[in-house]
Amino acid sequence: MLGERKRWEEEVLSQRRFAPRKTEWGDPIKPLYTPDDIAGLDYLSEIGFPGEYPYVRGIHPDMYLGRAWTMRQYSGFATAEECNERYKFLLKTGQTGLSVAFDLPTQIGYNSDHPLGKGEVGKAGVAVDSLEDMETIFQGIPLDKVSTSMTINAPAAILLAMYIAVAEKQGVHSKALRGTTQNDILKEYTVRGTYIFPPKPAVRLIADMFAYCHENVPQWNTISVAGYHMREAGCSAVQEVAFTFANAIAYIEAGLKAGLKIDEFAPRMSFLFDTHNKFFEEVAKYRAARRVWAETMRNRFGAKNPKSTMLRYHTQTAGVSLTAQQPENNIVRVAFQALAAVLGGPQSLAACSFDEALALPTEKAVRLSLRTQQLILEETGVTDTVDPLGGSYYVEYLTKEMVKKIKALISKIDDMGGAIAATESGYIQKEIEESARRFQKEVESQEKVVVGVNKYKIEEDSELDTDIFSFNPEVEQLQKAKLGRLREKRDNHAVASALSAVRKAASGNENLVPRFLDAVKVYATVGEICDVLRDVFGEYDQLKTI
Amino acid sequence: MERKIRVLAAKPGLDGHDRGIKVLAHALMEAEMEVIYTGLRQTPEQIVNAAIQEDVDVICLSSLSGAHDYLFPEVMNLLKEKEAGNVLVLGGGVIPKRDIPALKEAGIAEVFGPGTSTSDIVLYIKKHVDG
Repeated sequence: MLGERKRWEEEVLSQRRFAPRKTEWGDPIKPLYTPDDIAGLDYLSEIGFPGEYPYVRGIHPDMYLGRAWTMRQYSGFATAEECNERYKFLLKTGQTGLSVAFDLPTQIGYNSDHPLGKGEVGKAGVAVDSLEDMETIFQGIPLDKVSTSMTINAPAAILLAMYIAVAEKQGVHSKALRGTTQNDILKEYTVRGTYIFPPKPAVRLIADMFAYCHENVPQWNTISVAGYHMREAGCSAVQEVAFTFANAIAYIEAGLKAGLKIDEFAPRMSFLFDTHNKFFEEVAKYRAARRVWAETMRNRFGAKNPKSTMLRYHTQTAGVSLTAQQPENNIVRVAFQALAAVLGGPQSLAACSFDEALALPTEKAVRLSLRTQQLILEETGVTDTVDPLGGSYYVEYLTKEMVKKIKALISKIDDMGGAIAATESGYIQKEIEESARRFQKEVESQEKVVVGVNKYKIEEDSELDTDIFSFNPEVEQLQKAKLGRLREKRDNHAVASALSAVRKAASGNENLVPRFLDAVKVYATVGEICDVLRDVFGEYDQLKTI
Repeated sequence: MERKIRVLAAKPGLDGHDRGIKVLAHALMEAEMEVIYTGLRQTPEQIVNAAIQEDVDVICLSSLSGAHDYLFPEVMNLLKEKEAGNVLVLGGGVIPKRDIPALKEAGIAEVFGPGTSTSDIVLYIKKHVDG
């Protein structure tokens, strides 16, 4: 076989002229892959069957034959009232997966009347100052019947406490609650920017959540370790998975240090990845990631529960690949990325909306991206068998190569002292920035083509014909007025004593989640609780890498 | 020796998307400009104070969170108040076209959206600032 291939390359292929290709992370891609390229691969131990270790072909034996992935579109609404209305509508149409986007002041632990929040209130999502807002968001929605995903990081434990408090008022026990808090702080320092406290106390909050949820909210996904934002900021597929797993390892080590056993909290960890343009590389990325995670959990942490070794993840198509020029082209980009995502085997998927490079998406654009997912599921037939690209010489070769590269990069970060050290030293930031700069240069030199931007341009853009999402300019005033009324009507003595209990717990080792729960129940605000923590933990000052 | 063009690259508000501003900052440095990057979470006051202190010719403001409608004009107001209205102020990020007239009215010289080539921004700055 190898001899025949050499002959074909030398006698037949060599007659042809073409430019060499490379992967996104810079390795050469051969013009053809054959059985030789995966000759050493042992099917049973290195690929195996779906639903079995090392899960290369998927974490469920029947994947989408039994049940489709969850189609969870990310969307934000400015006010608690609008959120509530939207969720009730979704429930009526049969959707049970809710997603809450919070505005930036909430994500950074500032009340709506904080001077730094000026102009940002209710913009990137809903403003939540106190339990009152959370009660409005979920008014009339039975929390034991839905699963709720919350994109919240630094103050995740406080928002989860509010969710539990709302449930209690409905008579729903915390053990019945299902959902996810993103709760992944390390990537906030490197790329996403909604950090509050320095890394060590911030990671302690995560360990507190692992412990609290293990006892009290056992169906909750305590964390969604996210590579998405690092990829959006510029890193490669290999870096995305390696940096994400390095962060996950740091959280696991914090959980173990807090006295938990690996199988007590690892099964509730989930992940979030970005599905980008390079189709086969993206499919291979997910197959490789499942194997690396399974092996890491079994070999490094001695996990025994199969659930601890299964990589459960949500993916979203690449917002960064969307263009403001000829925005309709994005509909096609999203469709290809969503197809690659599905062939990679996610548990849930969000497809971007085509107008996201112009503004927040309109309702119509969000519906179109949901339809994109439904078309893939109902019409293309790609879900008729499990992992249909398994066995492709190219995809198996890429999978094997990516496994090697991801493991090597994780070891490199281990050698630096782990993800916290690599974040504090700026290594991860610099690597991502370097990739982003290289990409921009390649686009500007036209080495990389972006359709409609540096090739196939047209004079007139259609942006003016596209409906664009509008903000309600009154939200900030309304939210401030609501907060003012709350401060007058609540029991301010109870608030003060709950906040001093938070301070005491933060200064020692006591689990903070029960103290947050007490504080939110007497309507202490997110800003007030975070101010106490800022006082005890200090604030993170961003490392400037340029 | 000829004075280099001095640029303040700034992130007003709470938005954390800094890929664009960092890539731009590097491109401006490669084009022989002096660039000072503010880092995240800057109030308009902090940006204007930094611009005056650093004696910059240009401020590049970047926001992707939708808060440009308040933050960019606020920077312009403060610059005028402090008699630094001659600084060239450019905006970038996710900014709908329909918001651009109001920003220009407020004094933002130009708005560069997604897909802009960094070399176009370099050319624009060189053309509008006497080095």
